[in-house]
Amino acid sequence: MTAPVRGLAEGLAARPSRSWTFWIGLILVGINVIAALLTLVWTPYDPSSTAGGRLEAPSWVHLAGTDRLGRDLFTQIMIGSRIALMVGAGAVATGAAIGVTLGVLAAFATKWLDDALAAALDILIAFPTLLLAMLVVAASDTATLWSAILALGLALSAIVARLTRILAKRVLRMDYITAARTAGTSWPAIVFIHVLPNIWPTLLVSFALQFGLAAIAEASLSYLGLGAPPPNASWGRLLQEAQSTVYTAPFGAIAPGLALLLLVIGINMTADGLRDVVDPTRRGRR
Amino acid sequence: MVLFVLLRLLPGDPANALVGVGATPEQIAAARQQVGSDLPLTSQFLNFITSMARFELGNSFVSKAPVAGEILDRLSVTVPLTLLAFTLAVVLAVPLGILAAVRADRWYGVAISTVSQLGLAIPVFWVGILLVTVFAINLKLFPSGGYPRQGWADPMDALRDLALPVLTVGIVMASSLLRYVRSATQDVLDSDYLRTARALGSGHLEALVRHGIRNGAVPVISILGIELASTFLGAVVVEKVFALPGLGSMLLLAISQRDYPNVQGVLFTSTLLVLLIGFAADVIQRLVDPRLRDRSTGGVP
Repeated sequence: MTAPVRGLAEGLAARPSRSWTFWIGLILVGINVIAALLTLVWTPYDPSSTAGGRLEAPSWVHLAGTDRLGRDLFTQIMIGSRIALMVGAGAVATGAAIGVTLGVLAAFATKWLDDALAAALDILIAFPTLLLAMLVVAASDTATLWSAILALGLALSAIVARLTRILAKRVLRMDYITAARTAGTSWPAIVFIHVLPNIWPTLLVSFALQFGLAAIAEASLSYLGLGAPPPNASWGRLLQEAQSTVYTAPFGAIAPGLALLLLVIGINMTADGLRDVVDPTRRGRR
Repeated sequence: MVLFVLLRLLPGDPANALVGVGATPEQIAAARQQVGSDLPLTSQFLNFITSMARFELGNSFVSKAPVAGEILDRLSVTVPLTLLAFTLAVVLAVPLGILAAVRADRWYGVAISTVSQLGLAIPVFWVGILLVTVFAINLKLFPSGGYPRQGWADPMDALRDLALPVLTVGIVMASSLLRYVRSATQDVLDSDYLRTARALGSGHLEALVRHGIRNGAVPVISILGIELASTFLGAVVVEKVFALPGLGSMLLLAISQRDYPNVQGVLFTSTLLVLLIGFAADVIQRLVDPRLRDRSTGGVP
């Protein structure tokens, strides 16, 4: 698996001018990662301290102002970035684990089983991501961070599975697979030596895009009150709380959304940059 | 099927919701019998399938009102919202998307593409909050939420309340639709048949209109189906922002009250609508592209 990744790195280094979107994207994501890691050891204010005035406008003391309980919003937004990254990474990891396994199985399966799996995936994909996630969250006893991760991961796994199935089937038609089978290579070995390394780069791009989707979906879930419960300062919940006080403190309803916007744009730009390197046919026609 | 499994996964017996806290075991048993959750799972599933097939959605546990009636009521908000937002999205996205592809070398072509990228990264509800801040609070042009109690009795009133929600969903949907229109136009522009048409002496615009639109429309229509479905979903979230009494707020309320018949009814209706939309997109695609018709009847592609 190291070979394609090294290929990616070389591709990026060889075309610095083409991959500027990638680097800007990476910087935006990097800022979020640093902020998220920083909250583990230090925050500007104690997140539960209500020492500030209520609904203060942004100032040098409170960079993003305060909420209606007098808590520092900038601190909460920093913590929110940790929640967004955790849910995004967790959901993509869950979706990838289930999706890639199912997709590879479907590609290898007998025609009958493959058709059944493909049909099931099509129905699951038609079932809207957010509705599915809402149901799973509602089904878990208490809404936790994990129920949001699990819900989004399950919803994403159908997309991953379908992509994996198509990509793996394409690889399996290649002559070198026939050669490998003739040489007596076992199925698991074919999966790990030939199939996964070949489809890995394309999957990586798709995972990056889904990371962004998951971050938005998490915010939507929290906004609807189905996300991680307090004290997890999710951006969606911050927005929902700020909406009731939007008349007096509009900035509180803007800042968390801006943070989410920057993170998702960063992720999408990174994914776009990766895709240009992975798929040479897309270069030059942007 | 998926619906049934997920609904049974909801914790707690639906009967508990019916009798409330502090009920005696006998009351609970009676309630279970009434709800049917004392039956084995297989017969529950059979009941579920047969009643769904007959569109019998049962009565709400909480309000005891028939679920189907309430859904119809709520659809009178969600369906107009969805359709209006979808129309707005198409009206915005199609010309702008074509423009962005044809004039990809000009600054406004690039600007359109960049702005549509932003639309992909924005959660729908945040756009809603921003629009409320600008139009309802600062400019005081539209109400920030709510919906007339009489519904469509006064169409102008209802439309005024729907204006901001429609704008919210429409803008977000337009930006993702725009990307598809742009890449479809791009494919048409790169195509050999367009070059041939130009070589035969038709003008650039004429060639694009005569040959491009029909060819470019095929992939866009299949996307339109998906977009309409996600517009519907966007509407569900946006109803919360603007406190509209639509299908989405019904679902949220039902989930929090563990009102199974309502949850089930809303999900059944929305799944059905999503599937119907997909089917309609398929049919329209065949009408536009004769090649797809041939394939289905076994002809040579």
